[in-house]
Amino acid sequence: MAFTLYTLIQTAILCTNAIAVLHEERFLSKIGWGVDQGVGGFGDDPGVKAQVLNLIRSVRTVMRVPLIIVNSVSIVLLLLFG
Amino acid sequence: MDLPHHGYRSTKQRSRGGPPSSDSVLFDDTSSTAPMNSQGYYTPGYSMGGPSADMQGGPGGNNLFTDPMANAAMMYGSSLANQGKDMVNKEISRFMSVNKLKYFFAVDTKYVMKKLMILMFPYTHQDWEVRYHRDSPLTPRQDVNAPDLYIPTMAFITYILLAGMALGIQKRFSPEVLGLCASTALVWIIIEVLVMLLSLYLLTVHSDLSTFDLVAYSGYKYVGMIFTVLCGLLFGSDGYYVALAWSSCALMFFIVRSLKMKIIPSTDSMGTGGAKPQFRLYITVATAVFQPIIIYWLTSHLVR
Repeated sequence: MAFTLYTLIQTAILCTNAIAVLHEERFLSKIGWGVDQGVGGFGDDPGVKAQVLNLIRSVRTVMRVPLIIVNSVSIVLLLLFG
Repeated sequence: MDLPHHGYRSTKQRSRGGPPSSDSVLFDDTSSTAPMNSQGYYTPGYSMGGPSADMQGGPGGNNLFTDPMANAAMMYGSSLANQGKDMVNKEISRFMSVNKLKYFFAVDTKYVMKKLMILMFPYTHQDWEVRYHRDSPLTPRQDVNAPDLYIPTMAFITYILLAGMALGIQKRFSPEVLGLCASTALVWIIIEVLVMLLSLYLLTVHSDLSTFDLVAYSGYKYVGMIFTVLCGLLFGSDGYYVALAWSSCALMFFIVRSLKMKIIPSTDSMGTGGAKPQFRLYITVATAVFQPIIIYWLTSHLVR
């Protein structure tokens, strides 16, 4: 399994895209992963599920605009250079 | 005439070319107006110009440094370079703190020797605590348990060179393979650090392991890899497997002992943790078990 740096960038873009397309009310709430279902206990131990939901929500919020830019650039580059 | 040393050299070379009568006049001009550094530029230009028989460079160089416009341009250029350097430093220090990075490279020979010994034979090392000095960890020079980035960096580069050599011995070498090997190893480091960070975050393990610490601990396996590949090259396939077993055990022991101090709280204060202790143990053991797998994966194709 020989990795190049290009493979790493590709993997990162694909994974971030995959997290960003999870829609809040159409999908995540249906399977019990909505933002209101994350904060359960108010102790200092959020638990794994709350951390995962937090991570998904923050990735979607933070990476929305950079992902638009990066995806457009990569579409153009792939069209031009194959 | 009482000319300085470089003046003697210049007149000796210029006497082959231009007019000797204007030597002293032009030369006195330069030494009186120009500052110290232009004399410094002057001398190498002459001593290097001689063997290449560049006789026209002499009068041209002289005119450049007596010209005030050139002087002003040179000073403007150097101030511009200084501004650029400051700007680059400021931008880089926004992403990672250079002081934190400097802490990891503050090593000396004694530390490196002891650390390499511990990496290869950790069973006799008694005290694995990282010592602190008023809330900040001690530099690697003063504490042999502190992680550093010098050994991983050097080991990584040595591993790439050794991989090139091993492939060359088997006549499978080409420059692209070297780059491929380097980027594969780098990507595995990045993957491992990301997985460690993700698991530490998800399981809310509040430890004081920074990203650089994790990079350092995951880079220590390259020392084991180098040892394994060397034994494989010297002693054949049997030597490779023996060295693989030895360095895997040593590295697993080292990782478990080092990370246990940082991840698993030694005191029984359960409130500060936030994660069940078995998760912490799982993380430590999973990291340790991952090391031999990676060592085998990255070195087996080098030793057939």
